[in-house]
Amino acid sequence: MENKIEKTIKLNAPVARVWRALTDYREFGEWFRVALEGPFVPGQPARGHITWPGYEHVVWQAIVQKMEPERRFSFTWHPYAVDPSVNYSSEPPTLVEFRLEPIPTGTRLTLTESGFENVPAHRRAEAFRMNDGGWTQQMKNIETHVAQKP
Amino acid sequence: MLPKSHKRARSPRPQQAILFAALGDDTRLALMAKLVSGKPASIAQLGVGSSLTRQAITKHLRVLERAGLVHSVRSGRERQFAFDPRPLHAMQHYLVRVSQQWDQALVRLKSFVET
Repeated sequence: MENKIEKTIKLNAPVARVWRALTDYREFGEWFRVALEGPFVPGQPARGHITWPGYEHVVWQAIVQKMEPERRFSFTWHPYAVDPSVNYSSEPPTLVEFRLEPIPTGTRLTLTESGFENVPAHRRAEAFRMNDGGWTQQMKNIETHVAQKP
Repeated sequence: MLPKSHKRARSPRPQQAILFAALGDDTRLALMAKLVSGKPASIAQLGVGSSLTRQAITKHLRVLERAGLVHSVRSGRERQFAFDPRPLHAMQHYLVRVSQQWDQALVRLKSFVET
């Protein structure tokens, strides 16, 4: 079974521009929808409140791993750690990595998230239960939002 | 990028994921392959055509049971073991959800850097 997510997207923007959007904490927060408290520093936690309406009480947290300018940015986190009453810190995190490559039209960005084999079974079961209704509605909200603010 | 808020029900099951560990073994995969194809089977039936001892099969089945991939039911004097696909479905749904959220985030990133 596949236990890694990998996505590649071509961006019509130079590598330097994409690097800034990924690693400047304010720019990252714009598209990722999180109000980070400070800059990304390798080895240090990055945290901030989600800016998605209705979820402002949720704190997003990651630990920055690698920052190789215009090449690689990675952090570890707990995917979907959105329940404020749960302490996720004891659970093994997954690794998120962005890799940038220059192409004639701009930048090829490859995203990987790995380490799902360590995600606790009960978390996956929750995702399964939540998949009905709630998640479908949330996806619609996101699509509407993106369509309104392209 | 967020799922609907929910009430958390603490599972009595072990906290650590053991699904991948359970599947990461050729012997257990072979046992699974026998069970996936159909009816529940006893330890004796699972041992047909293999060199595994009864004890070894029992041990491997226990690992699969802990991962929720196999459930046993008593049938007369013997226990029968049946495949349960639900943990695999849960894993699949989880990854699909994570994957969809990344799709949406990357769409936002694209419009962010291209405008």
